[in-house]
Amino acid sequence: MSDTLTFLETLKARDAGRGPEPTWIAARRQAGAARFEAMGFPTRRDEEWKYTNVLEIARGNFALANDATFSPAAAAALTLPLDGYRLSFVDGIFAPALSDVQGMPDGVEVVPLSQALEDNHEAVGGTLGRLTGVDFPAFSALNTAFMEEGAVVRLAAGCVVEKPIVLQFLSRVNVDKPTMCHPRILVEAGSRSEATIVEHHTGDAEATNFTNIATEMFLGRGAILTHYKLQEAPLGDFHIASIHVEQERDSRYVSHNMDLGGALVRNDLISELNGKGAEATFNGLFFGQGRQHVDNHTKVNHNAPLTFSNENYKGILDDRAHGVFNGRVYVKRDSQQIEGFQSNQNLLLSDRARVDTKPELEIYADDVKCTHGTTTGQLDEDAVFALRTRGLDEQSARGLLTLAFAGEVLEAVTLDAISERVELAVAGKLPERFNLAGLVETAAALND
Amino acid sequence: MATEEMEQLVRREYKDGFVTDIESDTLPPGLDEDTIAFISRKKGEPEWMLEWRLDAYQQWLKMKEPSWAHLDYPPIDYQEISYFSAPKRPEDRPQSLDEVDPKLLETYEKLGIPLHERAALAGVAVDAVFDSESVITTFKKELGEAGVIFCSISEAVQEYPELVKAYLGTVVPKNDNYFAALNSAVFTDGSFVFVPKGVKCPMELSTYFRINAENTGQFERTLIVCESGAEVSYLEGCTAPQRDENQLHAAVVELVALDDAYIKYSTVQNWYPGDENGVGGIYNFVTKRGDCRGERSRISWTQVETGSAITWKYPSCMLRGKDSIGEFYSVAVTGGRQQADTGTKMVHIGEGTRSTIISKGISSGNSNQSYRGLVKIGPRAKGARNYTECDSLLIGDTCGAHTYPYQEIGNSTSTLEHEATTSKIGEDQLFYCQSRGISEEDAVSMIVNGFCKDVFQELPMEFAVEAEALLNVTLEGAVG
Repeated sequence: MSDTLTFLETLKARDAGRGPEPTWIAARRQAGAARFEAMGFPTRRDEEWKYTNVLEIARGNFALANDATFSPAAAAALTLPLDGYRLSFVDGIFAPALSDVQGMPDGVEVVPLSQALEDNHEAVGGTLGRLTGVDFPAFSALNTAFMEEGAVVRLAAGCVVEKPIVLQFLSRVNVDKPTMCHPRILVEAGSRSEATIVEHHTGDAEATNFTNIATEMFLGRGAILTHYKLQEAPLGDFHIASIHVEQERDSRYVSHNMDLGGALVRNDLISELNGKGAEATFNGLFFGQGRQHVDNHTKVNHNAPLTFSNENYKGILDDRAHGVFNGRVYVKRDSQQIEGFQSNQNLLLSDRARVDTKPELEIYADDVKCTHGTTTGQLDEDAVFALRTRGLDEQSARGLLTLAFAGEVLEAVTLDAISERVELAVAGKLPERFNLAGLVETAAALND
Repeated sequence: MATEEMEQLVRREYKDGFVTDIESDTLPPGLDEDTIAFISRKKGEPEWMLEWRLDAYQQWLKMKEPSWAHLDYPPIDYQEISYFSAPKRPEDRPQSLDEVDPKLLETYEKLGIPLHERAALAGVAVDAVFDSESVITTFKKELGEAGVIFCSISEAVQEYPELVKAYLGTVVPKNDNYFAALNSAVFTDGSFVFVPKGVKCPMELSTYFRINAENTGQFERTLIVCESGAEVSYLEGCTAPQRDENQLHAAVVELVALDDAYIKYSTVQNWYPGDENGVGGIYNFVTKRGDCRGERSRISWTQVETGSAITWKYPSCMLRGKDSIGEFYSVAVTGGRQQADTGTKMVHIGEGTRSTIISKGISSGNSNQSYRGLVKIGPRAKGARNYTECDSLLIGDTCGAHTYPYQEIGNSTSTLEHEATTSKIGEDQLFYCQSRGISEEDAVSMIVNGFCKDVFQELPMEFAVEAEALLNVTLEGAVG
């Protein structure tokens, strides 16, 4: 319990110096703090946290960052080569110098949360915290308690944004004390609007901070939202993400969740399919090595008839890494004509790696087609042999097969800048490091 | 399927519902150390057994009733239950079927299980447990010649104390879980089977459990031990008379298989499921576990579950021995307001261990059914292999089917596959059958039987027939 108090004291100290602000936001923060105080950090006795121990976070002594200083050159090197609009944050603090939202088309608004609150807090008040406030899991409550910065993305009805909107979160080395941040993302996609949001977590390789991000996304009628989450946080970082999505009729939400970094990573991805014809696609890849711990919990709630979900998560685990997958498909009573598919496949590359997986179905309607499947295993030795007979060395053969395993997830990624980056990162992280770029060139030369 | 037909299914009267009027030597409701001492004295148990029970009771007092299962039932008052009920019997045990209370035999007649005929024709030795006491044990002699011990656990405590001491509680420890601890404290009867080294049991062993006296819990304890190279097939089947009081059943089954041993444990469970409003019905909280201690040993669980208001049951296998095999085949059918949370645990500890799980769930009416399974691969279980398939069939739109498969994999040489599907009987499948002149009812029966085939074919012959009959009775109303 005392762990909880450390966090609450940091909160109290921060809010002591706060100027006047709308009462609703203070009330929401207080509700979050009260809820967090009542719940405390989850323990492994909680079914939802059975395989993930957050003691290191609970015991951690994190400060709040005061500024957003970050070397522009280093930031540029970490930035994805994407032609888009970008908001950057350093340890949770908005960094205008690193951001670039020039030439935004009409009908779209991409602003830091602090600015959105300042400009017109009433416009934000209706939705902010609506999804994370429903039953307040502990980390969402903690985020709500600290909520002050983040990003607000608003799309007017029918607005189609061609270029991706990038939200970059940088974690830096803090000499005195590691920091924590609780960014909040709010996305409101009006009816028939369309956009791609890229959430990118990265930073100094030596950083050891704690990020507890909460995201709320509202998809209006027929809205299409593609959400990339590329998590390349430093290997010493703790990363907790709660993503809540609410979908109206005929909307489509596509999530690409790529986890490569972080010491302890937990993603909670929940989509509420509230209108007929709504569709959710969850596409995920996690790669763990060293002592990384990566936990993905997903939920699809089919609350309306004729809703569809399709989930495909792949895990690759090496060294002493620990992967967790828990996918749940829920079909509400009378939500007929549902299709829900779920697949989780894991590849264990080391004898000390470990994976715990639990695909759940909870179904209260009969006219449904729901399936789930999971497999866990190793590379097919016959396939390795087949590649070797074609002249590939063992390392390249294993590397290519591992990449091919991830391929199914990467193929669905339409932003080449991201799929290539993940591909190279995976290739470089493999125990039998092999030169993927070199191989590609050789293959291209052969084809010519 | 029309709603009306569904209602017919829900309203179906419990076919085997009747109460046999036999005077019982019943203990008043309540549980304390005196109750346990009474049971122990009544059974003429040695001191160590009583101490074992009391220790279990002390541990039970400190434990909490589990609440994680997807089940909803009013709290159980453990002081409202009578913990001992034995049919009044002559001074001596009946030596043959002729000496058995004719009313008892009549009970079996009504169930369509003519004991003597069945015993004689099928060559099955039956240890009939009527309430909490063994009444007859037949074919003991024949088994004796083969060296197989098959008797009630109470008898075993007295006659083979060393064997019981060596194995009892080694698979399911006293404090394993709430219900196992309760059972360890108050178990009244059950079966004991010991198959010595190299012996293949000459016949299938069977026990018919039957809950009879009002308001009594049934706490069975079964222990089956197969020494190296031994083999046994054990059948367990149950039906119960209709009544309104909820009855608690907390059994424990322990299986031990040494090197190359093979134990096949089959169950057909058809206890009273309660009426259409969910009143009455058996609460079935069972701990079943097999321990593959020896190399190449094999334990196979097959179950057909159609009864009970509440089922909480996870037959499991601890695969300790190198290359040992665990299997779980299950068909569960729920209707009315039945709730079942059932599945299995396969814990791979030894190298090269293999397990197969096939689970088929059929839910109808307002029932809820969950498959909850765990496959755990330890770091030393190199080359372990698991295949899991769990399919659910939903009949009607007011029932629920859920799957919670846990998989914990701790090494890189193991291979696991898990597949689950949930669907209803396809209109196209029905249409196809009907276009071939098959009535709707037959078509559904055919499709459902096909759905369950993988499990039924694992059952011993006579059980398979009974299981199919049970399934058809259960689905009768559903298909008009």
